[in-house]
Amino acid sequence: MLTYTIRRLGSAIPLLFLLAAMTFFLLRLAPGGPFDGDRAWPPEVKANIERQYGLDLPIHIQFGKWVYGAVQGDLKTSFQFVDRPVTEIIAGTLPVSIYLGTAALLFSILVGVPLGAAAAARQNTWIDNVAMFIATSGISIPSYLVASLLVIVFALWMPWFPPALWEEPSSVVLPALTLAWRPMAMIARLTRASMLETFRADFVRTAHSKGVPEAQVIFKHVLKNSLIPIITLMGPIVANLLTGSFLVEFVFEIPGMGKHFVHAVLNRDYPLVMGVTLVYAVILVASNMFVDLVYAWVDPRIRLER
Amino acid sequence: MGNSSDQKWRGFRRFLKNRLAVVSFFFIAWISLMAVFAPMVTHYTYDEQNISERLQTPSTTHWLGTDHLGRDVYSRIVYGAQMSLEVGLFTALFALIIGTLTGAIAGYKGGWVDHVIMRIVDLFYTFPSLLLAILLMLLLGRGVTGIVLALGLTAWVVQARLVRGQVLQAREMAYVEAARAMGVRDAVVIFRHILPNLWGPIIVSLTMQIPSNIMSESFLSFIGLGIQPPYSSWGTLANEGFRAMRSYPHLIIFPGGVLFLTMLAFNYLGDGLRDWLDPQGERGI
Repeated sequence: MLTYTIRRLGSAIPLLFLLAAMTFFLLRLAPGGPFDGDRAWPPEVKANIERQYGLDLPIHIQFGKWVYGAVQGDLKTSFQFVDRPVTEIIAGTLPVSIYLGTAALLFSILVGVPLGAAAAARQNTWIDNVAMFIATSGISIPSYLVASLLVIVFALWMPWFPPALWEEPSSVVLPALTLAWRPMAMIARLTRASMLETFRADFVRTAHSKGVPEAQVIFKHVLKNSLIPIITLMGPIVANLLTGSFLVEFVFEIPGMGKHFVHAVLNRDYPLVMGVTLVYAVILVASNMFVDLVYAWVDPRIRLER
Repeated sequence: MGNSSDQKWRGFRRFLKNRLAVVSFFFIAWISLMAVFAPMVTHYTYDEQNISERLQTPSTTHWLGTDHLGRDVYSRIVYGAQMSLEVGLFTALFALIIGTLTGAIAGYKGGWVDHVIMRIVDLFYTFPSLLLAILLMLLLGRGVTGIVLALGLTAWVVQARLVRGQVLQAREMAYVEAARAMGVRDAVVIFRHILPNLWGPIIVSLTMQIPSNIMSESFLSFIGLGIQPPYSSWGTLANEGFRAMRSYPHLIIFPGGVLFLTMLAFNYLGDGLRDWLDPQGERGI
């Protein structure tokens, strides 16, 4: 287990390096630069600024310098927010995004698992049909429509929650619900499929035949064993929450990291784009690794040494 | 052979019995026809402004109301369908071509070729796809072509994994071994012998890819990085509608609702097609 963990950590480093390189060169290949905004700068001034930020150096040297800094925890200063280090911007916005994402994740598990379990336990009844309709709707509905409907109903008609901004504790409710909708549906569908499979297992038939009550079979035998595949879904779900947070933060005007990414890309704020992409990649790589490790831990049958 | 074609027929009859899938098929066909014949089914064009009739609620002259520039929302949704469906279809086809080629080569060749291709696939999997699409669009532009290429370049990995897995299985089959033993060239084995046998799973994954691309496009357009005005896709309409949502909720509910129904239809159709064409396939999530 320990060797596996170390090996996984080892393979994550080249992956992150390649991702950073891809982002860096894509950004630079794109037309437009950070300092060709509305005002036309005199060429000497522009050259000066570019020299100050090291943009006049050959591109591979710039990348080398960025990597050298990043390894030491220095992600350079933002172009847009003059003199603010990227690490400081991330430190200010990442906690907001993580808080929002965690709330959404909790909600999607707490609703998705029971919804899928109810559907499986009552397969082919109206309960199953309703639950699966909710789940299929959940993966079909665009999140801006969820956001609009939630705001119209719970902020405008019934003013229970603030419609936007990030000022009071209840500000998290509507954005987290919006963000949770799709993962909730994914979890419900997988829980159902996984439970239906487990229902056919020998140990379930044994439990039934020795007279274990139905409810106990469902909860103790089936549900417990069906949750393992759901762990593997956590990788895609974290990815989903990350990209979903762009839109949700944009719609609800939340000062999180996703909102910064979009602006940074549009303004060609290279250091900020690089920094945010790196943080996203680290979160994704770490969550995938965590999933594999937990999976191996709960189900020893899975051979990690592939 | 008779046996296998019997099975196909049974699968098709089962598909016809899946009412949701059949209704979905007709819904998608209807939306597509509306999009193709947009000028014939609308009374206005997508950019026809009439300031004296701005921000109207639905009426007999403007079935779904008008927006802040007095443009007819129904017409804009129909023209938006052109854009959204076009992006969805072409992106899926583009991803299908790259993914099938790379997946087939990786699965068939094995060894270091497989290793290199799959590491690239892994790299793309680690990159959050919309983030990559946004970066690629800086390079490729924000027109339809740019979006199709950017989304396609992020979506092909799904196809590549699928096809690789299928080809790995097929490679062990007797008919492939026979073809190879007779000295048939690799390319011919892949294209003439293996891939034609995989059309079922490929069609199914195409039906699943189209809606996810339509959704991505609408997402990008909604946050202002996709299709640019005056052209409209469902995402750009929703973006404009969102700003006026508090007073004129119909401006976001109609385009969002049409997208929702289309996604729903594609999902049900995909489920139905999978039962018919790819019964052993993995259940979608």
